[in-house]
Amino acid sequence: MRRDRKGLLGRLPEAWRQPLAVVGIVVAAAWLVIAVAAPVLAPYDPLAQELPRLAAPGPGHWFGTDQLGRDVLSRVLYGARVSIPLTLLLVVMSVLVGGLLGACAGYFGRWVGESIMRLADLVFAFPTVILAMVVAAALGASLTNAVLAVLVVAWPSYARVTRGLVLGVREREFVLSGRLLGFSAWRSLRVDVLPNVTGPVLVLATLDIGTALLLLSGLSFLGLGAKPPSPEWGAMVAGGVEVFDSWWVATFPGLAILTVVLAFNFLGDTLRDALDPRTARAIKERAL
Amino acid sequence: MSEMDDATGAAASPPRPSGDPPPATARSRRRGGTHPLARFLIRRILTAVLLAWGITLVTFVLTNLVPGDPVAANLGQRALGDPAIVAQWRAEHGLDKPLWQQYGLYLQGLVQGDLGTSQQSHRPVSEDLAEFVPATLELAGAAIVVSLILGVAFGVVAALRRDRFADHALRVLSLIGISVPTFWLALVAFYVFFYRLQITPGSGRVDPALGGAPPVTGLQTIDALLAGRWDIFVSAAGHLVTPALVLALYTIGLLTRFTRSAVLEVLGQDYVRAARAKGLPGRVILFRYVLRSALVPIITVAGLAFGSLLSGTVLVEAIFAWPGIGQYAYKSATTLDLPAVMGVGLVVGVVYLVINLIVDVLYGVIDPRVRSQ
Repeated sequence: MRRDRKGLLGRLPEAWRQPLAVVGIVVAAAWLVIAVAAPVLAPYDPLAQELPRLAAPGPGHWFGTDQLGRDVLSRVLYGARVSIPLTLLLVVMSVLVGGLLGACAGYFGRWVGESIMRLADLVFAFPTVILAMVVAAALGASLTNAVLAVLVVAWPSYARVTRGLVLGVREREFVLSGRLLGFSAWRSLRVDVLPNVTGPVLVLATLDIGTALLLLSGLSFLGLGAKPPSPEWGAMVAGGVEVFDSWWVATFPGLAILTVVLAFNFLGDTLRDALDPRTARAIKERAL
Repeated sequence: MSEMDDATGAAASPPRPSGDPPPATARSRRRGGTHPLARFLIRRILTAVLLAWGITLVTFVLTNLVPGDPVAANLGQRALGDPAIVAQWRAEHGLDKPLWQQYGLYLQGLVQGDLGTSQQSHRPVSEDLAEFVPATLELAGAAIVVSLILGVAFGVVAALRRDRFADHALRVLSLIGISVPTFWLALVAFYVFFYRLQITPGSGRVDPALGGAPPVTGLQTIDALLAGRWDIFVSAAGHLVTPALVLALYTIGLLTRFTRSAVLEVLGQDYVRAARAKGLPGRVILFRYVLRSALVPIITVAGLAFGSLLSGTVLVEAIFAWPGIGQYAYKSATTLDLPAVMGVGLVVGVVYLVINLIVDVLYGVIDPRVRSQ
């Protein structure tokens, strides 16, 4: 591995001071607050169809109303409760599944590793959206199944990265000496290998939150995710396609997706820079 | 996910601009005998065939192991109530046989070029695909060309202006590019440019009044040129601009970020400093020394990105009513039209493999170290 755990932690504070990272953190935090406080913040019930239909944005309803007379602002705010927790859960699951499989592939090598990596190749060779679409359609349209579908296409990248990192550490002296001291494979993985792998995987995961949300809302947009009354952003954009004239119905949920994804990409990009030895120096120079 | 990860994966593994040639070539270099390129191609084609077979297997297993029932997806409510009709429909599509036999029959047809019959269109899947694939290839092809030109140009500018305003601005712009939901951008672009400003043509591939050029390649723009129909070419190209740009935005962002780091890495090399020291003009250094070497990782990423472009078409085609494979895939996936889904998977998988094969061969063209053996 390129660096030990101390180096990783030592580098983080500089990364947090980058303007992009600050913007990313602020926006992401704002969305988290919105997700928690949606019932307080939203002016209307997101499901109540009691307002004039397709009213343009203005005082009263700043984001306008949709074709069923629901307040778009309230729906966008409530949408944070649907999309953000699911996306985070999805990424955690991908990290666990992909990371575990990749670590096994790297640590045990031979046929275990080979078969896991060939499976990953297979998923890579298959176009992401189409595979996710097939899985989602086959499982039946629901948000949970859409999450599972994205998980199917998401784990291989973690498996690949983890495997590469584990391969790099496996033969290092401190791992070998651990094995000589009688560590079991599991303990060796956990104590010696894992700490050296977490940094890059975390960066990948941060960058992946955005991609996962894009894919998840894309599936909902296609009608393979959230069911209609649910204020899911992708599904709301799809609803806006039907009432093309009233631009606000689709525009605001789309902007919501964009800002969340952008926030995490800002964050992930800064982290990647900070952890990449080639660019890390540049940041350090600037920080001094 | 794949898109970002592809880039990350490629960045984490060779080839690097200054690094070693691709592993497959290194391997063939060690052996004697057959021409290394032929050896390499055979190896890659065998891998491709194995992967294609894997794709059929995965699709088959996925669509069969899960609860979805193609009968329910295809037949109406009244027909479903009649067991005789259901049984007949099952027999017609071979669904009454055991799974392994269904799969065996499919493979048997496949080696003879028969992809089965679509349960929705009631036509051979190969016919359906022949109709829809060219439209998507034209769209994705245009998008990748635009992405390469703009992405590389932006990336080079960002690297040369490192830490100045242009670099920061391009960084933010490229991050926006990879963060925009494609389906939403397609809708916004359609609304603004077609509906409001009326500066782009509407949906479809060509103005219906013109009919369209006689199909030769299936790519409207090329066919129009071949037929000498300038009016059709202009119309087809006009229809292509917005969807291609929308589709390309993600890849432009990706390539900008990637080109920047690849160019920066080469700029730090001794031979570039040497070229500068001996007074070569900046243009020569950039094109002959820097770009040429940085291009290897760039086309690797571009090859991988083409795959994500192909799957991105599902979302873009829906908005622009582009009669391509994305729409076909969507229809087949939602109706669990198994032969059609497998056909789409196969075609896209094969296109993806072919593109990456071309990328591998291009290494040799760009990097003499790969070619030398």
